[in-house]
Amino acid sequence: MTTLGHFRTPLLQTPFHPRTAAANVLSRWGPWGGYMAALCFGDVDMEYTAIRNAASVYDLCPMVKYRIAGRDAAAYLNRLTLRNAATLPVGAVHYTAWCDDDGKLLDDCTLFRNGPDDFLICCQERHLPWLLDSAEGFDVQVAEVTQDIAALSLQGPCSASVLAAAGFDVEALKPFRMARFAFAAGEVTISRTGFTGDLGYELWIDPALALPLWDRLMTAGAPWGIRPIGSDALNLARIEAGFIITNLDFVPAHQALREDRPRSPLEMGLGWMIDWDKGHFTGRQALLAEKQAGSAWALVGLDIPGNVSAEGSILYHDKRTEAGFVTAAAWSPALKASIALAQVKARNLPGGNLWVEIYALRELQYVKLMLPVTVVERPFFNPPRRRATPAGRV
Amino acid sequence: MPTRSSDVLVIGGGVNGLACAARLAAAGCKVVLLETTGKVGGGAGEREFAPGFRAPALAHLTQGLDSRMVDGMGLARHGLVFHPPLATTVVSATGDHLVVRGGQTTGPDAAAWAALQAKLSAFARVLAPFRQMPPPRLSGQNRWPGLARQALGIRTLGRANLRELLRMILINVHDVAEDELTDDRLKGLLAFDATLGAWLGPRSPNSLILYLDRLARGEGSLLPKGGMAALAAALGRAAESAGVRVRTTAAVQQVLVEGGRAVGVLLADGEEIRSGLVVSAIHPRTTFHGLVGAAALDAGFYRATGHIRSRGGAAKLHLALRDAPDFRGADLRSRLVIAPSSEVVEAAFNPVKYGEVPDSPVLEAILPSAHEPGQAPEGAHVLSAIVQYAPHAPRAGLSAARAALLEAALGVLEAHAPGLRGLVSHADLLMPQDIEARFGMVGGNWHHGELAVEQMLFNRPQFGAAHYSTPVDGLWLAGAGSHPGGGINGAAGWNAAGALLEARA
Repeated sequence: MTTLGHFRTPLLQTPFHPRTAAANVLSRWGPWGGYMAALCFGDVDMEYTAIRNAASVYDLCPMVKYRIAGRDAAAYLNRLTLRNAATLPVGAVHYTAWCDDDGKLLDDCTLFRNGPDDFLICCQERHLPWLLDSAEGFDVQVAEVTQDIAALSLQGPCSASVLAAAGFDVEALKPFRMARFAFAAGEVTISRTGFTGDLGYELWIDPALALPLWDRLMTAGAPWGIRPIGSDALNLARIEAGFIITNLDFVPAHQALREDRPRSPLEMGLGWMIDWDKGHFTGRQALLAEKQAGSAWALVGLDIPGNVSAEGSILYHDKRTEAGFVTAAAWSPALKASIALAQVKARNLPGGNLWVEIYALRELQYVKLMLPVTVVERPFFNPPRRRATPAGRV
Repeated sequence: MPTRSSDVLVIGGGVNGLACAARLAAAGCKVVLLETTGKVGGGAGEREFAPGFRAPALAHLTQGLDSRMVDGMGLARHGLVFHPPLATTVVSATGDHLVVRGGQTTGPDAAAWAALQAKLSAFARVLAPFRQMPPPRLSGQNRWPGLARQALGIRTLGRANLRELLRMILINVHDVAEDELTDDRLKGLLAFDATLGAWLGPRSPNSLILYLDRLARGEGSLLPKGGMAALAAALGRAAESAGVRVRTTAAVQQVLVEGGRAVGVLLADGEEIRSGLVVSAIHPRTTFHGLVGAAALDAGFYRATGHIRSRGGAAKLHLALRDAPDFRGADLRSRLVIAPSSEVVEAAFNPVKYGEVPDSPVLEAILPSAHEPGQAPEGAHVLSAIVQYAPHAPRAGLSAARAALLEAALGVLEAHAPGLRGLVSHADLLMPQDIEARFGMVGGNWHHGELAVEQMLFNRPQFGAAHYSTPVDGLWLAGAGSHPGGGINGAAGWNAAGALLEARA
């Protein structure tokens, strides 16, 4: 008889847990994809500072991963996702997304091509039923491999130097490319990808080698002040980079309960990734119709006066009519500005005259602020070192 | 090598394919119809199943051919003549038969039957126009004047009848029989006729609506003079005279889709035919999964296509008889129904749910040879029967199930016509799988997808392809899988042509 005990540990621990638990002096954990994820190891400002000025390590294991393999893998992904997977070179990565039949987003992901017929999807939410449904009619195998791969994100201007010190020469690695290195009894795959908008890498490894890899990076990175970071610091960095997160900036169509919640890639600023010429993909007709008729929403970056974060605030046109809402906001230490990502009704976008109503908590008392906002380009923060090849050494 | 192009390619030379092609051609389109087999007519053909014995290939009666098609194609002009409408004899094993002509019958329930038929016919009359229009849309463009006229038509029933319609429309036919009748023979007939060709028992939810649909198609079972082959021939001739170029033994292997648009077809022999539009009158699942393929369709749509329920519960029996059988005096020129009670119909359905063969199937039999010579050698007879229910996925395997059902059907016939077994010189039973193999009807379901309330109107064959157009530009559906369903009728094909012409205009 099988003993069912899974409910006793509703949150799983990642392969790095012995190290992250030891470092998490505040025991600040949050759930992420069924795992315990550190929100903050002790000082969010120091963690953010490590991302922008030194080197940071973030436990990526809860990221949901699917392996797509088989003769039709590229054709399958072309039908599933918005960009052209067939033209993605082996050893390369791209950021893409996928939709339902109505052209509404289900998730975005990074897509890794490990071989001609071998891909890896890394995304925020779980999608096995949809991925399997999409596989009907294709010679392809779809498997969730979240637990089979341990992943660490190493981000920051010193990350290339740390890797070099750890014995991995990634100097020539271009953004969105990956390379394999021997490590211990196995190997580690390092991709020049990340979620901070900075120079950075992601390391993919057999879970059995997770702890030795962590130790190697921490030892090698000590001279550069490497430190583990939690989701709070990462969130700050990703807002500066203008990146969106599924279920924070939009609701996946399959999870939305309210009919007006799903958003299309055109509405979420992802229109650039749609390859209209690659052939059919799920949602193409709906998106084509939307492109012709115009979208109802737009995702924008906002610059807000003052220093109060506008998280959760409502946007108004001319201070009167509701025109949208903020999905992510922060005081940006890098920019010394209050910035936000917001969904705005497309019809309110051209004329400007947009305002944000912020409830600012000042010593137990909320104060209502009505501030004019400026729509600005994303990313808010985009340092040249992010793309420089060879990567900068410090 | 691409060959000559045409305006419209119609795939499938069944009744609906012919109806659609003919209407399009009559409207001035250059139409080529592609039929896999050697003959057009589909389920309306004929087959010599034993030397000298001609049996209907599948359907053996028509029940309300679409009048627009009959008139529009001038089928009478092309040789279609019917025998007088067949009466129904509910055959009793004791010789206590009951003859039914529409609402007229005898026995203790004569008045109750007439009242029930009058009521259900009134419902059917106001629902019938829905069959001749595209399904209403839940959102977007509707033809409001037509729908308003429909709503007004329903209102003419009056308040009490409207209430009664709403009470009954989703009810099961067994309950109706129990409520309104006492004579088991009539209850059995009502239950049998409601579930004929369906994958439902009389106690299954919503079974009455199929009876209303049957009434809405038109009363009376008709047998064409010259047999069903004469109907197929008339349809073929009428289509050709309307300008349709009919190509038989032209098996379509693929619908060619370029840039999201259907641009022609590829035949199994490698020939490529280009066209402005492609109309598929074959099963929707075969169309999308077999001919179009996943790569050209959205994942959700493709999945839904795979979930179209298409289980066939009817088997087709053909017997070559050395002499006339004696159903204890029943009129051999009538439609012979053996369905002793609603419970027996339900009991025949039960085993099918578990992939098993019923011991006592229910059936509808006709003897084409009793109506005219030429169907069987002199003095001999041919019996054609629809036997329900047959498992579409038999647990015992196809051939064992076929043998078991044949034995059970012969047992039932012998009990009602003693000595019949001794007259059988040849027997031929088509299980649902055989019907699928021979006619391309997935699951052997003669509606190309079960006709059931959840697969009607804007859900037929599935949401996203319910208005004859499909997600692939230039690809249309015109088969029984589309509204309002099949059963040698032609309404789906005729409606499809109308929708297509309207979209072009």
